[in-house]
Amino acid sequence: MELRTEPFVLNMGPQHPSTHGVFRMRVTFDGEVVVDMEPIFGYLHRGIEKLAETRTYTQVIPLTDRLDYLASMTNNHAYVLAVEKLAGIPVPERAEYLRVIMDELMRISSHLMAVGFFLNDLGCSVYTPLLYMYREREKILDLFEMVCGQRLTYNYMRIGGVSHDIPEEFMPALKKFVAEMPSFIDEYDQLLAENEILLARTKGVGILPRELAINASASGPVLRASGIKWDIRKKDPYSVYERFDFEIPTGKVGDTYDRYRVRIQEMRQSAHILEQAIEQLPSGEVQSKMPHLLHPPVGEAYGHIEAPRGELGFYLVSDNSIAPYRCHIRAPTLINLTALRDMVIGWKLADAIIIFGSIDIILGEVDR
Amino acid sequence: MLWPLDNYWAHFGVFTVIVLGFFLIGVMAFTYVERRGFGPFQLRLGPNRAGPFGVLQPVADAIKVLLKEDIVPARADKWVHWLASVIVLLPVLLILAVIPFHKGHGLIPDLNIGILYVVAVSALGVMGIFMAGWASNNKYSLIAAMRVVATMVSYEIPLVLSIIGVVLISGSLSLNDIVEGHTIPFFLLTPLGFLVFLLSAMAEINRGPFDLLEADSELVAGFHTEYSGMKFALFYLAEYGHALAMSAIAATLFFRGWVGPGSEYIGVLWFLVKMLFIFILLIWMRVTFPRLRIDQLMGFAWKCLFPLALINLLIVGVEVVAWEAPWWIIFVNFAVAGGLILLWSRFFKLGGGRVEVRV
Amino acid sequence: MTKPLLGQEVAKQIAEYLPEAIIESNETAVTVRSESLFQIAQFLKTTPGLEFDYLTGITSVDYLDYLEVVYHLTSIEHNHSLVLKTRCHNRENPSVPSVVSLWCGADFQEREVYDLMGITFLDHPNLKRLFLWEGFEGHPLRRDYL
Repeated sequence: MELRTEPFVLNMGPQHPSTHGVFRMRVTFDGEVVVDMEPIFGYLHRGIEKLAETRTYTQVIPLTDRLDYLASMTNNHAYVLAVEKLAGIPVPERAEYLRVIMDELMRISSHLMAVGFFLNDLGCSVYTPLLYMYREREKILDLFEMVCGQRLTYNYMRIGGVSHDIPEEFMPALKKFVAEMPSFIDEYDQLLAENEILLARTKGVGILPRELAINASASGPVLRASGIKWDIRKKDPYSVYERFDFEIPTGKVGDTYDRYRVRIQEMRQSAHILEQAIEQLPSGEVQSKMPHLLHPPVGEAYGHIEAPRGELGFYLVSDNSIAPYRCHIRAPTLINLTALRDMVIGWKLADAIIIFGSIDIILGEVDR
Repeated sequence: MLWPLDNYWAHFGVFTVIVLGFFLIGVMAFTYVERRGFGPFQLRLGPNRAGPFGVLQPVADAIKVLLKEDIVPARADKWVHWLASVIVLLPVLLILAVIPFHKGHGLIPDLNIGILYVVAVSALGVMGIFMAGWASNNKYSLIAAMRVVATMVSYEIPLVLSIIGVVLISGSLSLNDIVEGHTIPFFLLTPLGFLVFLLSAMAEINRGPFDLLEADSELVAGFHTEYSGMKFALFYLAEYGHALAMSAIAATLFFRGWVGPGSEYIGVLWFLVKMLFIFILLIWMRVTFPRLRIDQLMGFAWKCLFPLALINLLIVGVEVVAWEAPWWIIFVNFAVAGGLILLWSRFFKLGGGRVEVRV
Repeated sequence: MTKPLLGQEVAKQIAEYLPEAIIESNETAVTVRSESLFQIAQFLKTTPGLEFDYLTGITSVDYLDYLEVVYHLTSIEHNHSLVLKTRCHNRENPSVPSVVSLWCGADFQEREVYDLMGITFLDHPNLKRLFLWEGFEGHPLRRDYL
């Protein structure tokens, strides 16, 4: 009798504990080896771009919160940056510094979640590293609650500044947090960076070669882990990032371990930026005078920032009315997913999950 | 010896009740210890609402699981689906039947092929898990079932080899004689054997870093994805019961079971304390480490544990023949074990890489 | 600082290569004919001095007379950027050549434009709807959808 094997298709469906949201992967397996992979999404498509066309410029800001809901501040910032570029609105200094502080706090929080869930996918399935990350993230969320009363979708930035000034108890709490953060990252490194099982499962797994990363328009930690020093905060500085002194961590090989390390190093750099921003924070007003309903001149603008997950850009077209004529969102995680198929083929089921987890997607942004 | 009344029926009746009671209460206690134990590792309190200090939490879990609806997938094989959950529980109870809780006392007192029987029966669990995976008519469960067969069969061999080391020194297969075989506990006499046994036992009970069979970040819940209600309760009981049974076996083999300072009548308490200690080791390993991949698991069993177990056997054999295992052999053993482990970790690489796929 | 290249200057360079392709050029963008889009894109990617190897994004806008597809290109080496546009005047059956073979990051973005705006990309290996399900009628982002 002849022995015959046949590849089978497994649908890692929209409901799954590890797909970071409603993401579906149709994977073809030959035994345990992935032979083909097709990503299918759209389960969270809410039509934000179409909704933005019927709302005023300020009313779009809460819509942008819900894109990458784990990093709402940076979404707001990207959008108001694009509108300010379109309409030529200046931003007061204090507002710029507050924006940078919020952005970097958001970056730390988002990377904590990303790394925590990545380790969860690796198999610490009783959530031990995740809960360590959550401990620090709770402190950040408490800071945000002090400022704008919200823990998840902040709606804090406005066109021309931020919506209101920080309360008195914010600065001491922030200073305390920034002082403790590096020691926390050191503790984390000590516990995990040399762990045999972690190294065995992530080193050399899911390599994204340099040329493919550029060709597939990857951005954010995925691009930097492949060895390309491309960070919008340095290459195309916005807000007041030119005044800060920080480094851009890059990886060497572009495997899962490098992506993990890049995120940990970025958290350190963010804490460093926060220290400098706290020192340099000037006084002043926090929102420039703006008309009640904004009528930007006819034209278009593309404003982009370095969000925790990549390059988040807003392309706005205006026809001098109170609502944007077209608002397109350049979602970094959607474009990072282009390379997923090439990264996953040839590896096993367990690796497919962690390679996917290391790209760190958020379905709110992928599907918009 | 037949305990009450020297009568078969009385003996078996009383001890069946005792063993079943021990099993149920032990499993509940173990789930409680595990969940409270995870708390400090994860910077939180464990469950502390149900009853004082959360002691009634396992009771709440049991009631929850019993009251759930029993769903069988439409195209699943009904009889195999039901039978699988029973067969998985069976080896646990059979193992618990022979463990001596006290000198000469147990459900089957002083079975003269004790440890051989334990090893043979614990392999039955594989059948049950594979039946569960197959009968669920679900690709996730099938993948898990395939992994189970590979894993559990591979890890039987280092398990058995490490046990043979103990058997060589004590000279008998009976569990009673192993406990009384030597004045020094065997985990000091065969440290390498103890380590190999602990790791193989963790793989056998699908726990800790080796739990890819129910890897809930990959396979939803592995072979028991499609089970709910009472059948899921049976799987849950079987998983913790197997951990209980393995802890009991380890305590009996390597830590000298009921022997301890104090009067002879509190031997049972010493046995429970040692069992708890081993269980805490299991909890510690589970909560700290991420999970191994399937090919790394296989590599670990065949390239690492199996040679170490063979070398352990060689060392023990030499010692028994040459010196009759005196007390100073402990230091020699520890030194050799340490050296071997360092050597293996230097040269052993975990697992495969990318497979070339012709697209 | 990423230098946004002036549309007129790049238009001059393109005009030397393929003169009849340019429709218009202003400070911000270069607009080319849709038939020659692929050659222009290849020219922009391979010419030394331009070397746009990173496709930042693909968008489409519905100006009611025509549909416009906008490409944001960046060069990692030289750190400059460009906006390239092309137009389709046929509303029933608009089509534009696909640039997936040049930048594979265009894959999902072109599928999204096809899904939401209805523009067909010729030579795309897998032009299916991305967000909406198969069998959905219409293209929601068009101005005349609702």
